[in-house]
Amino acid sequence: MSASILFDTPGPKARRRILAVNIIGALIALGIVAWIILGLAAKDQMQASQWDDFIESSTWKNYLLPGLWNTVKAAIFGIVGSVIFGLIFGVGRLAQNKLINGVSTVIVEFFRAVPVLLMIVFFNVFFSRSLQLPGDTAMWAVVAALIFYNGSVVAELVRSGVHNLPKGQREAGIAIGLTRGKSLRYIEIPQALVAMLPALIGQFVVILKDSALGYIISFNELLFFARTYSSPNGNVLQALIVAAAIFIIINFTLSKLAVIVSRRLSSRVKKDKTAAANPAAVVGAPADLGTQAGQDREDPKA
Amino acid sequence: MENYLSIFTEYDIPGAFWVNIQLTFWAAIGALVLGTILALLRISPVGSFQAIGTSYVNLIRNTPLTIIILFCVLALYGQLGFVLSSDFQNNFFRLAVLGLAVYHAAFVCEAIRSGVNTVPLGQAEAARAIGLSFLPAARMVILPQAFRGAIVPLGNTLIALIKNSTVAAVGSVATESSSVMKTMIEFRADIVIPIFLTFAVGFVIIVIPVGLLTTWASKKLAVAR
Repeated sequence: MSASILFDTPGPKARRRILAVNIIGALIALGIVAWIILGLAAKDQMQASQWDDFIESSTWKNYLLPGLWNTVKAAIFGIVGSVIFGLIFGVGRLAQNKLINGVSTVIVEFFRAVPVLLMIVFFNVFFSRSLQLPGDTAMWAVVAALIFYNGSVVAELVRSGVHNLPKGQREAGIAIGLTRGKSLRYIEIPQALVAMLPALIGQFVVILKDSALGYIISFNELLFFARTYSSPNGNVLQALIVAAAIFIIINFTLSKLAVIVSRRLSSRVKKDKTAAANPAAVVGAPADLGTQAGQDREDPKA
Repeated sequence: MENYLSIFTEYDIPGAFWVNIQLTFWAAIGALVLGTILALLRISPVGSFQAIGTSYVNLIRNTPLTIIILFCVLALYGQLGFVLSSDFQNNFFRLAVLGLAVYHAAFVCEAIRSGVNTVPLGQAEAARAIGLSFLPAARMVILPQAFRGAIVPLGNTLIALIKNSTVAAVGSVATESSSVMKTMIEFRADIVIPIFLTFAVGFVIIVIPVGLLTTWASKKLAVAR
């Protein structure tokens, strides 16, 4: 329901009133912004010296860009891995074999219920101490945790994507003599993948945000670099705002992309219900994709 | 086995989960209040109110929770001297609750908005027909139905909040479960996997009933139409 349905088309009197409230609202908004800026200024946080650092090329070259590169690297590994994981276990949950189905269900439900941070902390110690792996174990710990959690979410997307296809698709597959598995592979999954694309892009936002949890195990990502750079300079507040701005710009672009893709696809994808793909999914815990694929939110996760 | 069982006497594992539940409880109340206000702003007829709500949701939803909590502790408290409690530990706890509430309010707002979408147009029209203006119509007709229609997304947000309460670890809340687990696996390298599984299963035990309850409540409370 669009907002306008909640109220009548305003007449001249209501329009005047709305205009008045609108101006008050705008003043309140400006007031909040001014209050924040003046408040920061009053605490000596708006001095040029504290912000200058972030327009110097050396800061970007030595700290922010290498950090961003690590964040993006972890996110890309996480995205690729979770799509593969999601396809395997999503198909597993659709399998008719009870054993495969059961194992996939347990794995997917388990990893969706465990906090990503818990997995990151565990994999970090497990990789570096128990397995004594070489290389950047902190990064691989983050990647592994991202894959297990988000892969499980993607598995649910695959499953609900297939469930939301019109029944005739599978029936047509069986009618032309395909087995259940073949009809899944050649007919249903390809369509489900297209239908779930917006929700999948929304999940990338979650992956990118969750990669910042690597900060806790000293993975050299954007947030970690922003923090280590700013600590000795006494401008942690400013550094956190800059890091947040970078995340917001990337994620906002991704979310917009999801909306565009979803609009493009709406003509192409046939859905049983309207539930199939909601691009706004960003919280991180679409717990009940059966009823609400993609879920408005998302992620809230980290 | 004995080796494993000793961790229960050495560390207060139920206590660690209890801290997460407390974090979740207070943050959920804060997020629900703030999220409802934001949802009202977003569905109001006033352009500037909508803009405030939309900017909040877009900014907060796209920021990692880690940064928000770190901001509360390092920037608000560390750099600006903003204090929520005179008790040192309690201060970190409340700052973490603040960060969790601010972050999840954006998702609560979206959940309620999606709930508003389930309310049929006729309800809003009927409310106006009997002479209710925007706020009374929202309070007495739209929101009660919207909340009932929003139970599933709200439940998902609550589940996310339970799991995200572990991120309070970045906010120096050292008694919550991910921090306790971190300490434990660092000292007991011999039983890393059992320790992880213990905590993981703990979360599964907390999260799954919430999920089942949500599904049950959404069916039970569904508005019959």
